[in-house]
Amino acid sequence: MGGKAPLVTVEGLRVTAGGGRSVIVDDVSFSIARGEVVALIGESGSGKTTIALALMGYARAGCTIAGGRVRVGGVEPIGLAPAALARLRGRTVSYIAQSAAAAFNPAQRIMAQVVENALIHRLRSRAAAEARARALFRALALPDPDGVGALFPHQVSGGQLQRLMAAMALITDPALVILDEPTTALDVTTQIEVLRAFKRVVREQGTTALYVSHDLSVVAQMADRIIVLRDGVVQESAPAAQLLTAPAHPYTRSLLAAAAPAPRQAVALPAGAAPLLRVSGLVAGYGPPDARGLPAVPVLHDIAFSIAPGSVLGVVGESGCGKSTLAQVIAGLLPAARGSITLDGEALAPRAAGRTREQLRRVQIVFQMADMALNPAHSVRRILARPLQFYHGLRDAALARRVAALLDMVRLPQALADRLPAGLSGGQKQRLNLARALAAEPALILCDEVTSALDTVVGAAILDLLAELRRELGVAYLFISHDISTIRALCDQVMILYAGRCVERGGRQVMQMAPMHPYTDLLLSSVPELRPGWLDGMSATHLAEAAGGLTRAAARLACPFQPRCAVRLEDVCDRVPPPVQPLSKGASILCHRGEAELLRAQATAAPLHASAD
Amino acid sequence: MNAGITRLRPATAAGLLIVLFWAAMAAFGPLLAPHADGGVMSAQVFDAASRAAPLGTDYLGRDMLTRILIGARYTVGVAAVATGLASLVGTTLALCAATVGGWTDAVLSRLLDALISLPSLLFALVVVASVGSSIPMLVATAAVIYVPGAYRTVRALAVNIVAMEFVKVARARGEGTLYLMRAEILPNIVLPVLTDFGLRFIYVVLLLSGLSFLGLGIQPPYADWGSLVRENIEGLAYGAPAVIMPALAIATLTIGVNLLVDGLAGRRGGGDGR
Repeated sequence: MGGKAPLVTVEGLRVTAGGGRSVIVDDVSFSIARGEVVALIGESGSGKTTIALALMGYARAGCTIAGGRVRVGGVEPIGLAPAALARLRGRTVSYIAQSAAAAFNPAQRIMAQVVENALIHRLRSRAAAEARARALFRALALPDPDGVGALFPHQVSGGQLQRLMAAMALITDPALVILDEPTTALDVTTQIEVLRAFKRVVREQGTTALYVSHDLSVVAQMADRIIVLRDGVVQESAPAAQLLTAPAHPYTRSLLAAAAPAPRQAVALPAGAAPLLRVSGLVAGYGPPDARGLPAVPVLHDIAFSIAPGSVLGVVGESGCGKSTLAQVIAGLLPAARGSITLDGEALAPRAAGRTREQLRRVQIVFQMADMALNPAHSVRRILARPLQFYHGLRDAALARRVAALLDMVRLPQALADRLPAGLSGGQKQRLNLARALAAEPALILCDEVTSALDTVVGAAILDLLAELRRELGVAYLFISHDISTIRALCDQVMILYAGRCVERGGRQVMQMAPMHPYTDLLLSSVPELRPGWLDGMSATHLAEAAGGLTRAAARLACPFQPRCAVRLEDVCDRVPPPVQPLSKGASILCHRGEAELLRAQATAAPLHASAD
Repeated sequence: MNAGITRLRPATAAGLLIVLFWAAMAAFGPLLAPHADGGVMSAQVFDAASRAAPLGTDYLGRDMLTRILIGARYTVGVAAVATGLASLVGTTLALCAATVGGWTDAVLSRLLDALISLPSLLFALVVVASVGSSIPMLVATAAVIYVPGAYRTVRALAVNIVAMEFVKVARARGEGTLYLMRAEILPNIVLPVLTDFGLRFIYVVLLLSGLSFLGLGIQPPYADWGSLVRENIEGLAYGAPAVIMPALAIATLTIGVNLLVDGLAGRRGGGDGR
């Protein structure tokens, strides 16, 4: 740290909740030198945000800073008088939160909100503050830096709003910036441009930053030093490169292992078995149908695939690509406008109400938000008993036995049976959701982002459970996720969706072998890697593609990826629907470009993700 | 049970006591009344409180305490039955509309919106004027007037629950509409529905009292508290307790129910105390 006094020192920080009954942060000490970026990493409940807030002298409702010293640039925020605290928070320390959409006032123009802090603290005149804001917009690589200030928050994309929030935080030239999970809510391709913008600004301005995140790969790109937290206690603190390559603490090692999940044991499938589920020509969407019977807001276009008994089809795509809609259509919650769904060769009615109980039993659905999918008024026992009564007519002792067996199957303790869902942890809730689906003894479970809301270690345990249930029960999954590493870990077949179209479909290897659809290529190279310097080494092609983002106008083009695509054919891709093209690697893609052309284009950019797998 | 009451806030506990008191009076009032026949017991009309008539006498010289105790049955009972009917019908229709959605929801909502547009007191006056006043008639009229309000409140609560994923899971399982309404949705909105019931009860008490005050409610020789106020309105000039006491009874009942309802609503907002 060059002998200079550190900007931030934290000594023996202790934060308690519930009047001292539970300790959230216990004896945490660290320091941040000027110009250094330190990352706090840990799972939910590890106290990372609590520590970050303590640097601003703030404890959330119900929490108390019970001990320890914090110094930020010669000021001790804990116990500071309100006026001095307001000055500290406005000028010395600024905070970038996870949800930019919640941090902006939808009724005010962006510029007014960005410069507000500088004006309140009388740091600059309005004209000077706006000039500074425009300089920051430029530094953050925002499109149209001179015009964006006049827009309202809903008129810019999520990634842009996140960068605008960074401008808001930097307008007072703070000594310390706290970034609290600033890219967690973003898609991977959007995350890249935001991370790059943050990194560039931090480097140019020499900002001192505390980066709070659960994602080691993201932190690897940003931080000089990483502090690993668990249950409010520091486990390990080391320079980023050292911590990632030679982790000393077992907990760090388990985090690293969970960040790059190993493929679960594959299951040998009987060759040539009739497909369990076959979907063809599926078109679905929301809103009233038009004259041709197509929905007002189309979401899925001409989707076709089949799932063999006991196999796993992974569906990957970014938010809004229609992957959750696909699950709802198959479950009969949203009737399709066109196309057919057959289960074991029998056509399924578009609505659940039109299907037989036996058909319903064979297809079960598990949702992402584990707590929203459990009725808060029903006990665990009642939640599991209902499908057993409904489908199998079990009663009394047989019912109780089966409930107990299901709890065992998903490794939930029997003592939980009489609790309400509110008394379960996030991972336990998701296990209960799985157990409810298993109660029906289904042939296919639709898993809609089932691990996305969970911590990586908890999510990895759910993946293990899914793999094991598949081996033992022979159940097939339609596994929907935005997270490519979980798809890689579990799936036999993969389908990649972009703007409701299936751009690439094939075996697990489609994600490892060139050539691929240009979007698949972008998506795969956008997944952060654990190695520092990955972000700086991204190819210009991918950066340009990542910067675009899907626009409403592009979604109506013959190929919605055309405006972003590096190998687009002008006047062809935007007008002529791309053909389904088989590739020699055993996949099919939706693209005008031939295999050789794609191979050549991706070979030039390839060194980047050649090492990905 | 004891622990439950001590955990209540004082205002809620007071509300609960008042409501229980009037409910007991509605049930057992005639047995407790000092002059059970309710006949004339004194030559003094509009008399002040005395040992024989603790709340004074009315315009015919009847014991006021007896009149109020007997009247409790009409005020509390008729209002409770009418509100119960309104809440039951309103809640059932609302759950049905929210669960089925689509056209069912649209048709039900527009029909009940049309009912809301009728001014309630005018509607009651027209019905009573055309059909005549009787207890079943009053109950039915008050129920019809308050169904749309209950429907609106419950539907607003239910549509939020219907959008939750556990309802989608139940639908995908193939559950029928009745099961969804009864087992999945209702248990999650029961507290606000009870709160709404309490508030609506107050409105019905006030509506019935208002009708009785106009002479269109409960007909003599029976009397609810509203008609007691009207009968004895001349006593106002003499400062007789006969006109104040039934008014006080109405006031305590509405305040009691209000306190209790506030307590229920507060518990809902305060998260689970478990």
